[in-house]
Amino acid sequence: MNARPTFLLDGVEVPFDPGQTVLQAALAADRHIPHLCYHPEFRPHGSCKVCTARIDGRMMTSCTTPAEFATEVESDTEELNDLRRTLIQMLFAEGNHFCPSCEKSGDCQLQALGYDLGVMTAGFRHLFPDRPVDASHPDLLLDFNRCILCELCVRASREVDGKDVFALAGRGIDKHLVVNAVSGRLADTNAAITDKAMEVCPVGVILRKREGFNIPIGERRYDKSPISEQAAQFAPRRPEAPRG
Amino acid sequence: MAELAQRKLRIATTSLAGCFGCHMSLLDIDERLFALLERVEFDRSPLTDIKHCGPCDIGIVEGGVCNAENVHVLREFRANCKILIAIGACAVTGGLPAQRNHLDLGLCLQEVYVTEPSLGRGLIPNDPELPLPPDKVHPLHEVVKVDYFIPGCPPSGDAIWKFLTDLLEGRTPTLGHGLIQYD
Repeated sequence: MNARPTFLLDGVEVPFDPGQTVLQAALAADRHIPHLCYHPEFRPHGSCKVCTARIDGRMMTSCTTPAEFATEVESDTEELNDLRRTLIQMLFAEGNHFCPSCEKSGDCQLQALGYDLGVMTAGFRHLFPDRPVDASHPDLLLDFNRCILCELCVRASREVDGKDVFALAGRGIDKHLVVNAVSGRLADTNAAITDKAMEVCPVGVILRKREGFNIPIGERRYDKSPISEQAAQFAPRRPEAPRG
Repeated sequence: MAELAQRKLRIATTSLAGCFGCHMSLLDIDERLFALLERVEFDRSPLTDIKHCGPCDIGIVEGGVCNAENVHVLREFRANCKILIAIGACAVTGGLPAQRNHLDLGLCLQEVYVTEPSLGRGLIPNDPELPLPPDKVHPLHEVVKVDYFIPGCPPSGDAIWKFLTDLLEGRTPTLGHGLIQYD
């Protein structure tokens, strides 16, 4: 094991296997770098920019940057955490994230990162966009108000389910999640509650009907410990390995 | 700071477009209220029934801005309080009242007062004494400068206590895991 190459993350050595990215190696070593659009079972996407770190002096998304021997990675610095707070604030101001009425509250990665980084306000002027929900499907509810455009459902539906149920449409501030049906309704696709795409949403867009509040507020995943202390649970694993 | 330590700090509180849940949470600090009252005294607040805010050290505002009167009260607080704190989801984000923001205000009033059968009389209230609503509900920081935010619906009594004691001791207020909450 001593032969494994290492890089420095905030001054501490992190071993890695060739082919791993900086974020994957860090998580495997139980070191947390804040991230949102990354999921251990999918190819890194690099779109949310929350995992940006200073790698040998350059700002890089740690989820897409291959780990290299003896590089110096800065992540837990006031400068980078300030930038991460700003990214999270912009996501909160851009959508309608009304946590008091959200079924995902306590299990939401956006919320948990906000807690962990000490985000006390969205700061910016809220956009209050008009995004009607889609309750057409018998088993599933889509609440587009909470979408952060991580594309995890798009990726899961395409790569795992082979269905292409979701896509992102539009550009810039107009970019939004759409359902791949002429009607635009989930009921008119072949989406099923057992699809991988229906379990990967890091926020509260894709919800299962008739399961609301099975686990009470206060006893949920991120009520127990901060997201940064659960790094090992986000570690890369083979798709066939059991999900934690 | 020596002068501050000798005299009691003056605090004003109010609820704008809020439900007074945050004020209930403030009361939830329970017997710690006695310790707090050794350090502070209350100006305008539902607890004192003083009608206008005088010069204060700290202003604590619950609820967002959903009508013209809210704007006047909020500006009075800002003009009189050295430190202004937005407390609760409504003050910080607009909260529940802001859930009407993607709807047309005229259609909202129509639906509630005319279409909805249970009210019976079918008239949108138009008394000149009623403060007019703006087309959108705003969190406080969109109207005045806000110095601190305590999120939560409501924030717990423990969170309010931690925040206020940090502030009174001259520390930067931080909540940490379990106390910072948005729901």
